[in-house]
Amino acid sequence: MSQATQDTAIRTGRVTRTLIYLVLLLFGLFYLLPLYVMLVNSVKPLEEITGGGMMNLPQVFTIEPWLKAWSSAQIGVDPTGLKPYFWNSIKMVVPAVIVSTILGALNGYVLTKWRFKYDTILFGLMLFACFIPFQIVLIPMARMLGIIGLAGTTWGLALVHVVYGIGFTTLYFRNYYAVFPTELIRAAQIDGAGFFQIFWRILLPSSGPIAVVSIIWQFTNIWNDFLFGASFADANSQPMTVALNNLVQSSTGVKEYNVHFAGAILAAMPTLLVYIVAGRYFVRGLMAGSVKG
Amino acid sequence: MAASADADFKTRLQNWIPKLVLSPSLAMMLVFVYGFILFSVYLSFTDSRILPSFGWVGWENYDKLWRLSHWETSLINMGIFASLYIVICTCIGLGLAIFLDQKIRGEGLLRPIYLYPMALSFIVTGTAWKWFLDPGIGLENVMHTWGWTSFEFDWIKNRDYAIYTVVLAAVWQTSGFVMAMFLAGLRGIDNEILRAAQMDGASNWNLYRRIIIPQLRPAFLSAFVILSHLAIKTFDLVIALTGGGPGRATELPATFMYSYTFTRNQMGIGAASATIMLMTIAAIMIPYLYAELREKR
Repeated sequence: MSQATQDTAIRTGRVTRTLIYLVLLLFGLFYLLPLYVMLVNSVKPLEEITGGGMMNLPQVFTIEPWLKAWSSAQIGVDPTGLKPYFWNSIKMVVPAVIVSTILGALNGYVLTKWRFKYDTILFGLMLFACFIPFQIVLIPMARMLGIIGLAGTTWGLALVHVVYGIGFTTLYFRNYYAVFPTELIRAAQIDGAGFFQIFWRILLPSSGPIAVVSIIWQFTNIWNDFLFGASFADANSQPMTVALNNLVQSSTGVKEYNVHFAGAILAAMPTLLVYIVAGRYFVRGLMAGSVKG
Repeated sequence: MAASADADFKTRLQNWIPKLVLSPSLAMMLVFVYGFILFSVYLSFTDSRILPSFGWVGWENYDKLWRLSHWETSLINMGIFASLYIVICTCIGLGLAIFLDQKIRGEGLLRPIYLYPMALSFIVTGTAWKWFLDPGIGLENVMHTWGWTSFEFDWIKNRDYAIYTVVLAAVWQTSGFVMAMFLAGLRGIDNEILRAAQMDGASNWNLYRRIIIPQLRPAFLSAFVILSHLAIKTFDLVIALTGGGPGRATELPATFMYSYTFTRNQMGIGAASATIMLMTIAAIMIPYLYAELREKR
């Protein structure tokens, strides 16, 4: 038996291997458990859950909780379900992802191919901005949104996410473009190509993998954000995460666990779908960008 | 003459375009990040209550802050949460990565299962674990109906143990991601060195202890930086899982800041706590970023 094709050169005995498989499977169950709990309980009548059957498969199958979570559950003051908030999230996520990705691509291009004095310091400042605790900008941001008339709107939230997303998108594109041969750019320059021509004709066509990374990253982060949504949105512009939290925490009436679980899956669905469909490309694109930054 | 002036203008324009393209992002960053940081830090020295106000009070807010038992609780919780979260995530992540690296059949199936929690919102994670850990309907109740009537698991409702349920949910969410970081590190290690050591009769245990794990230093460092900054920023998970309770048993600095600023109308104290959070993260991030950017020049 050749060892050359193995991922690692380590050899393990039969007992060890069995143990390794066992541990790996147990952790697999651990990670799947909450998803299982959410799924099975979202299609059960409430009595089955309160009767102690949380881990059981449903005896009576019903999609009532899903319908209720989507269109008629009490959220805040109105029984609107999560539907309007789902659209709020879409309206916030789509422009924010597009704008921050485009800006990140342009910034990455400038910072790697049109280097100037102090560009590394500027990039360092941008990078640090990715990691600040957002509590430090909440108060001034709330005021700023009020001043420019975007307080409590979806556009305001989109703006906030663009501003605090640029650091990461710039990081991704910068690392990716850093390994792109600069000679090609110089050659194009000598042929008389301008700044945007070079970007459009040479860099952009090969930016697919990193654009995927940037889009997935931004989509997931913005969709899943809670802090900005809770701080800056009003009742009509709240994103999905805030609405879900309101649904689950509402103290009036009976706690409808099945509706809560259905709502949680609805809130998780878009990012899970993106992960299932494009997760592979995310890892691959990250690898391509991290060869040398 | 005119032609050369024209060409001159063109090249100068070409020189300016890159900076022009960068400038909107830079302006936004300077205003919305660094300008706002200065503004918040300034507010932490003022008598702001429900709205920002500019009466200078010096260190008064910080004095008050450090005398609040509520702040002390959130710091102690942060200590417990951050240390357990970082250590457990690192151990699970490294362990799973090493196990997965043993030419495991079904790796392609297991890896996404380990990783998918990272795609979820902390609010979703919090909701799922909140009801699963709830003694009334969750695990405890299930065990009772399965016949284990003496089974007790009420940590989420217990002041002394609730913080550990936050650790549990947070570890569930991010340990798979840490696994991926270590796995990438392991795949980058040169197998030739390992074979040479094996020839010399080194045991697997020694191979890992002496050769492989030391080579994972960069992965350890990135994992530490990412986990510690996530820990300090933890907010939504606590809100969804326990709401900071029972009582104040799971309050963290992020939830403290939010409630003092927006519900208790003590903006000055809120800003002071945010400043301390920022300083803590800066103490971890700045040396790391500095080293990273220097290396890559």
